[in-house]
Amino acid sequence: MNLILVTFIILLAFTSYYFGRKKALVIQSSQRLTALPKFYGYYLAAWCAAPALIIFALWSVFEPSIVKTFILQDYTDQNLTKNELQLIYTKVKALAAGTYTGNITNFLDESANKYIQLKGIANSAKVAIILAILILSLSFAYRSVQKNDRMREPVEIFLKWVLFVASLGAVLVTIGIVFSLLFEAIRFFQAVKIFDFIFGTHWYPAKTFVRDGQPDPELMKDAFGAVPLFAGTFFIAFIAMCVAIPIGLLSGIYLSEYAGRGVRKYAKPIIEILAGIPTVVYGFFAALTVGPFVKEIGNAMGLEVSAESALAAGAVMGVMIIPFISSLSDDVITAVPQNLRDGSYAMGATKSETVKKVIFPAALPGIVGSILLAVSRAVGETMIVVMASGLAANLTMNPLESTSTITAQIVVILIGDQQFGDPKTQSAFALGISLFIVTLFLNVIALSVVKKYREKYE
Amino acid sequence: MNSFKKNLLKKRYNAERRFQWYGKIAIGLALTFLAVFMFQIFSKGYSAFQKTWIVTEVHYDKELLLIDAESPSKDDLENADYYDVAYKAMTSLDPGLPEEEDRQLIQMVSYKYETEVKDLLLKNPDFLGKIVPIKLTASDDVDQVHKGNYPRDIPEKNRRVNDYQLQIYDMLNERGDILSEFNISFFTSPDSREAELAGIASSFMGTVFSILVCLAFSFPIAVLAAIYLEEFAPKNKFTDFIEVNINNLAAVPSIVFGLLGLGVLLAVFNLPRSTPLVGGITLSLMTLPTIIIAARASLKAVPPSIREAALAMGASNMQTTMHHTVPLSMPGTLSGTIIGLAQALGETAPLILIGMVAFVNTIPGTPVDPAASLPVQIYIWSESAERGFVEKVSACIMVLLAFLILMNLAAQIVRHKFEKKWS
Repeated sequence: MNLILVTFIILLAFTSYYFGRKKALVIQSSQRLTALPKFYGYYLAAWCAAPALIIFALWSVFEPSIVKTFILQDYTDQNLTKNELQLIYTKVKALAAGTYTGNITNFLDESANKYIQLKGIANSAKVAIILAILILSLSFAYRSVQKNDRMREPVEIFLKWVLFVASLGAVLVTIGIVFSLLFEAIRFFQAVKIFDFIFGTHWYPAKTFVRDGQPDPELMKDAFGAVPLFAGTFFIAFIAMCVAIPIGLLSGIYLSEYAGRGVRKYAKPIIEILAGIPTVVYGFFAALTVGPFVKEIGNAMGLEVSAESALAAGAVMGVMIIPFISSLSDDVITAVPQNLRDGSYAMGATKSETVKKVIFPAALPGIVGSILLAVSRAVGETMIVVMASGLAANLTMNPLESTSTITAQIVVILIGDQQFGDPKTQSAFALGISLFIVTLFLNVIALSVVKKYREKYE
Repeated sequence: MNSFKKNLLKKRYNAERRFQWYGKIAIGLALTFLAVFMFQIFSKGYSAFQKTWIVTEVHYDKELLLIDAESPSKDDLENADYYDVAYKAMTSLDPGLPEEEDRQLIQMVSYKYETEVKDLLLKNPDFLGKIVPIKLTASDDVDQVHKGNYPRDIPEKNRRVNDYQLQIYDMLNERGDILSEFNISFFTSPDSREAELAGIASSFMGTVFSILVCLAFSFPIAVLAAIYLEEFAPKNKFTDFIEVNINNLAAVPSIVFGLLGLGVLLAVFNLPRSTPLVGGITLSLMTLPTIIIAARASLKAVPPSIREAALAMGASNMQTTMHHTVPLSMPGTLSGTIIGLAQALGETAPLILIGMVAFVNTIPGTPVDPAASLPVQIYIWSESAERGFVEKVSACIMVLLAFLILMNLAAQIVRHKFEKKWS
């Protein structure tokens, strides 16, 4: 139904384009045109499609909630909670679609009939209104075409608006992220105190089994302490940085200061391949090869090593991050003005002394920025941890034990079927928003550091 | 020069040499890791492209098939009972085996062997009543033994293939009745719980659909947004805000986009779960900032002289942009888009959250059918314990990497072939 309507509108827009252009050619015979003939077509097409599609979109967004209010009006005298009302509405919808399997009460049946009726009215109203709008806007547009008004300017203004709306897309995505996370997270924090979440040291969401339809508040208090996850996240990110910073930085310095053209030409893209490998592949590699390898070495040294050690996950993550640090630091080092180097050489310094004492300090803000970006990537990395590190949240500082991270817990909680309204599901969104805040914070600092540094030499 | 100065100089030169070596070692380590990694994947995965068959003889006995008609129609063959015929085909390998031990032989082929027996007859109806040779898919344990991935000298109770089965295997192998052929079904069959039957067709199609949906959503919006921001946007607080927003969005962890897909696309818009449609839209939100940044960079690279020339000829701003700037910036935009799509292609976490990890044993035909994607398939298989899946995962990784290499090559070609050099 909706598809037919949209197709109809679009087809009509195409037809009106050709019609408008033809009309322009007719006008041409008697008077001077104000724009190229195709603009007459565009003008008509835009007036045809835009209002109708906007109304259609608004209608589609608001119709369900309006229908819902009408249906649930009958239930207001029953004193039901929000969740129960939602459940009833789902039942009504299922019944109307013929997929309901529970026992059908009279009341429910009535509601379902009402639902079908309302939907029918809404549908015919939608078609009628959109047809009316099509006729109105087309006749309005056609009149200005007939009058031979200026045609190019309105079309260009319209296009500009389209461009502007598209650029709002990115903002919409951000708003969508913030709201979807906040919405569920706030509901989570109604059930679990924010204090218990941030400072609690036990993360064990499976413990919150439901008793009498309500989760036990005593157990909840002790089940959602996110400290082990924050600690695990930063611990694994720290291990990753221990691998990535020395290797990435040194290879960045070598590539920008020492390497000949040939080495640079081949080594740089090859190292960057590491950044292009999907993380799930790293995860598989960490779980199957590096994990057992670390365990074997540890056992040979007489240490107790878990097969899913934080060390294995962190080290592989570090390798993944090497190219970020090496190419970013390569860029900032290359951007250091040549006269700083020349001055240092003129004083008799060797190349490495120049690098260590002149170039490195000059490039430091940029390097710090790139490291912060890398940390933010390590914090947000998911698949390596899910596959290679443990899923139980241990609060530990031993790299040979298994630990879990924010991202891994989000996946563990949300894999498979989720039940919205369950504090366990909501906790994933609370974790998501803390992850979002942490990475946003790191990015903002990193970007401002890099930006500040750039201004210094330009 | 006194010896003190000489020593100092020597020390400084040594430090210089050491520092160079650190750099070389760092690069060497990174390259070594890449090499080890590639070697591991290839050495584990190449055998998955081989499929092991067991050859035996099947007697399409009309009585056992329960076919009464003199010249049976296609329907008769379709509805015949193949259980006994197939069973006999396997047990005939060792007629001396007591009946209660028959399972050991049956376990050597895939559980779908009955279908294979049926399909052969349906393809060649004139085999009815005859004894013909047939290839049956070996079970993943036999397959692994044949590929040498199972150690044979460990105690029997730790082995998935027992001594008797090994003996039969050796006998068949000597007779040349164990065949190894190119594994076409790896590319043509959907996922399965059994390693020997599992293929990547369903996840491959899922990936293709997701990427197409992602392209359809992200490319137009991103290009339009880039044009506005680069060519028309006034310099004010709001456009600054949009810019900051895009830069930050590019660094948001992918799993957050998964939460967005779950919380908005599935919960609010009620789009169908586990489908490439939702996966593609989620990925497109993630790719959007990447493409916007690439498109803006390539718009910026178009020299102002082009715009000025067009404006001087009387073109409007919009015409200048749409007729000159945008077409000239397209190569850069397209290669940025391909790179963004390649990133989206390897993404796993957001797809897991929107339910694309469900077990799907059909090949999706449209973007609204449930499907997995290649990276998710890697995750699913690597979580299963069966030995046969290890090589499947590695092979799947090889396919995924090949896909990515192709896309990156395409991006390079688009950039180098079509991009104009302004000098």
